[in-house]
Amino acid sequence: METATATTIVARDLVKRYGDRVALRGVSLSAGRGELVAVIGPNGAGKTTLLSILAGIQRADEGVVEESPSIGWVPQQPALYGKLTVEENLMLFARLERSPDPHATVDHMLDLTDLGERAGDQVSTLSGGNRQRVNIAIGLLGRPEVLLLDEPSAALDPRQRERLWEFILRLAGEGTTVVYATHHIQEADRHANRLVVLADGESVFDGSPRELEQATGTTGLDFEQAFVEFLRQRGH
Amino acid sequence: MRWLLVKDLRILRRSPLLVALLVLYPIVIAVLIGFALSRGPDKPEVAFYNGLAGTPAIVELGGERIDLTEEGSRLFEEITPVPADSRAEAIQKVRDGDVLGALIIPENLASNLQSTLEPGTVEVFYNAEDPAKKEFVENTIEAQVQRANAALTKRIAEEALELLDLISEGGDYSFLGQDFDVLGLARAERILSDVRETLPPGSPERERLEEVIDFGELARENLAFSDDVLAVVGEPIRVEATALEGGSTSLSAFAVALAASVSLMFITLLLAAGMLAIEREENAFARLVRGLVSRSALLVEKAGLAAVCSSAVCLLMLAGLGLFVEIDWGRFPLWLGAVIAGALAFAALGLAIGALTREVRAASLLAFMLSLPLAFLALVPSGAVGPALYDVIRAVSAAFPFKPTLDALDAALNDAGGLAGPLLHLAGLAVAFGVLSRIALRRFA
Repeated sequence: METATATTIVARDLVKRYGDRVALRGVSLSAGRGELVAVIGPNGAGKTTLLSILAGIQRADEGVVEESPSIGWVPQQPALYGKLTVEENLMLFARLERSPDPHATVDHMLDLTDLGERAGDQVSTLSGGNRQRVNIAIGLLGRPEVLLLDEPSAALDPRQRERLWEFILRLAGEGTTVVYATHHIQEADRHANRLVVLADGESVFDGSPRELEQATGTTGLDFEQAFVEFLRQRGH
Repeated sequence: MRWLLVKDLRILRRSPLLVALLVLYPIVIAVLIGFALSRGPDKPEVAFYNGLAGTPAIVELGGERIDLTEEGSRLFEEITPVPADSRAEAIQKVRDGDVLGALIIPENLASNLQSTLEPGTVEVFYNAEDPAKKEFVENTIEAQVQRANAALTKRIAEEALELLDLISEGGDYSFLGQDFDVLGLARAERILSDVRETLPPGSPERERLEEVIDFGELARENLAFSDDVLAVVGEPIRVEATALEGGSTSLSAFAVALAASVSLMFITLLLAAGMLAIEREENAFARLVRGLVSRSALLVEKAGLAAVCSSAVCLLMLAGLGLFVEIDWGRFPLWLGAVIAGALAFAALGLAIGALTREVRAASLLAFMLSLPLAFLALVPSGAVGPALYDVIRAVSAAFPFKPTLDALDAALNDAGGLAGPLLHLAGLAVAFGVLSRIALRRFA
């Protein structure tokens, strides 16, 4: 895994409100090239809101996002057209991304995702894991410096999750900054260089998994138990 | 935007059942509405027994020979006669349900008319098993009998006028092959005046003769008014109709414009609303508007797709209807303008529906629920409801594109009223619904 060398995305003091409800309360986040940052927290903590603001889907009411020249975004639900084939989906978004050579880009993505044999199949016929791979491939079409993934392994079986993470780790190894939100605490422990813990819209931790374990002051707990203890100690 | 359009067309091509329903359903509805509005059964079959067959059907009135068969042919302009050999057979055909009704011309019709003592009578038999049929038969057959009656009355009145003129002015008259010289009141008056001059003034004969001369003069003066009186008797009520609003479009021509409007509305609304909502259902909207396509460009693409597809179907439908109904192809550029303007306004409304409902099923349901009431509201005639309610109906109709589209198509197809007003109305609605859909798109992701 490549060490972070330069900051590719920075967000400062983000605040987002939905009517009276405050979804984010002054959250800051930064990530360097090749870094894997996991955003974790209980349901309703603001993980998806944070990622959608970083992706430019939503605007923060307060705060600043210093955007990288290119950000790829992979939503939780595959954003694909079921009636189009894998290749047609990739080709459409490659053209919309104004790729200089859309055919070459699509071929590259089919190789990268090992979906070459399924290129002519309609997306509606693919398994959940393969759809998610196409979903991620579309997020990578613009060759982004930063890839944002919202719950990338949700609804995947363990084998599909393993293949997905192999793919993501390979991207990070090639220098892509990966920021992902997840409910799978063990995945955050196993794959992330750094954790950002959100609770009730606040950033309550920013550090490595080991630092989070140490912050609880307990020993002998697995990482998920340590995370729950961490939240309990902070009143969440 | 081009690639989005290609993508949408590809999705439509891979949904043949949906496209077939989308095209066929509105066309079927439109044609059904058009037929319901424009006509009843086409030339219904009516059993016909002619008691005059084989006998001269000529009535001689005042020396004029009137052919009853020719006058009676008017009866068959709106019906298809099924010959019967007897009155009983004609009635049986009605009882058996073979024909809609039976028309009996009795053997004594000509003699009754000739005698002028009794009116000629024809008989009509029909089944009244349902009110609609009863209404139709009564309206069709009786109206035709009345038309024949009125024509005959007019002819008789004309003959009567000639006879009165003969009585007033005198002249030659032929009857049963013999020629007569009728003296007439005017010549009688002149003869009597000459005789009066030969009598001594103050004599009782002269006074009595003057009374006769005065009567003759009075009678002739009054007979001079008889042509006006008989004209009124022949046609007691004359209708002078002036349309204050709208044009002189025939019902069948209006039905074509209506069918085209209904078809255009259904296809455009469903396509625009559905194709926008599908972007959210496929979770692609957020990905698209992240710098790949602007929200406004997405709306323009969907509106263009819906308008082009529905306009093409509508024009094909008009061409198809043109095989059965006379349509002025010389006005094609005007149709095209009306169809495109209507399609764009409907597309904007469809986008607003899609953006507000945010899912395909809800969008389709709302489009259906909105379409039929709008079509019916636009057809409510003034006077059918109270003035206040009619104003409300007019305001609601004006707020949606159906009524102005119908007006535009009627103007374009049938030269009924100006086209510029409806086109401007449609442009305004397209802009208004376009703005509404753009605002609704803010909460679309």
